[in-house]
Amino acid sequence: MPEKILFKLAYILLPFVLIMIGLSVYSAEQSKWLPLANDGLHDPENVALQALQNPREALSVLPEDYIGNKVHWMKALDEGFIQPRTSFNESTSVVVLDLDIIMKRTGEMPLVLFPHRQHTEWLDCKNCHNRIFKMEVGANPVNMFSVLQGEYCGRCHGAVAFPLTECLRCHSVARNKFKGNFGAQYKNKAHEKDVRQLSEKVEKL
Amino acid sequence: MTMHFLHFNRLNGIVFFSSWSAILFLIIPSANAEYADVVLNKYAESAGMRPVIYPHWFHRIRFRCKVCHSELGFEMRAGANKVTMAEIIDGKFCGMCHNGEIAWSVEYCDRCHSGLPGLKSGIIGDNETSGPGRW
Repeated sequence: MPEKILFKLAYILLPFVLIMIGLSVYSAEQSKWLPLANDGLHDPENVALQALQNPREALSVLPEDYIGNKVHWMKALDEGFIQPRTSFNESTSVVVLDLDIIMKRTGEMPLVLFPHRQHTEWLDCKNCHNRIFKMEVGANPVNMFSVLQGEYCGRCHGAVAFPLTECLRCHSVARNKFKGNFGAQYKNKAHEKDVRQLSEKVEKL
Repeated sequence: MTMHFLHFNRLNGIVFFSSWSAILFLIIPSANAEYADVVLNKYAESAGMRPVIYPHWFHRIRFRCKVCHSELGFEMRAGANKVTMAEIIDGKFCGMCHNGEIAWSVEYCDRCHSGLPGLKSGIIGDNETSGPGRW
């Protein structure tokens, strides 16, 4: 019976299969944080590579993610794993703004929640305002075509911040569950006043 | 008999796919540089130096984005910055820190000029999207 022989053969091959599965998992693990000498960018003949830190040494101790650098950078910052400096000159003003924006024109996708807090931890107001985003709700024709072309959010997301494969990290608010007003989510009158004062200041820069 | 035949087919499928996926993993050189590594080769290679590899991951552990992209004046667009050695030596761009005080000085050429010959300027995007189209 040829089928019977093949069936037996399949069982003989089973350990081989398991080994291969193991190997693929292992090689996937090895392909993250490649040593500089074989990352396809650095010249392995460059002796100065020895003086440079390899990514695995620095990144493997930070909170994990499954994309990008395989590091959850926001968690690393918030939880104090890293303490990057906020300014070069002492006189530079460092602003962190806590203000969520809800964007409504998202088609069939959940609404986008843009948190200023997380963004201003890293960036300065004028990195985005007013060159990339106008400080006015509804004034920015953000759409995924532009974002995928590296405009608007795509300036950073897909290149240095988490990539554009992670749809639901931005499209995070279910449309039918959101009952408030779209746009800026002020906490109270005083908060609104502070934000307006700040935006006037940024406008002048 | 029929059951055995079906069983074999399924196993055969597993054997086939897992061996191929494993072989592909092993054969295709998984040369993934780190996400957000930048290649600067506007001037380097034409001046006889290796291209510069700028690792965002190393720098963002030490500095927030705003330090370089706001205070130091780096445009947030690969290829938009005209960074020359003359300016770096003058203390601009990389030279704000790479001056022997905060970070190594310009005499360690090969630590920055460390890329493979022939690399194109640009940023390494995600392995799935390859970064936004314009990068």
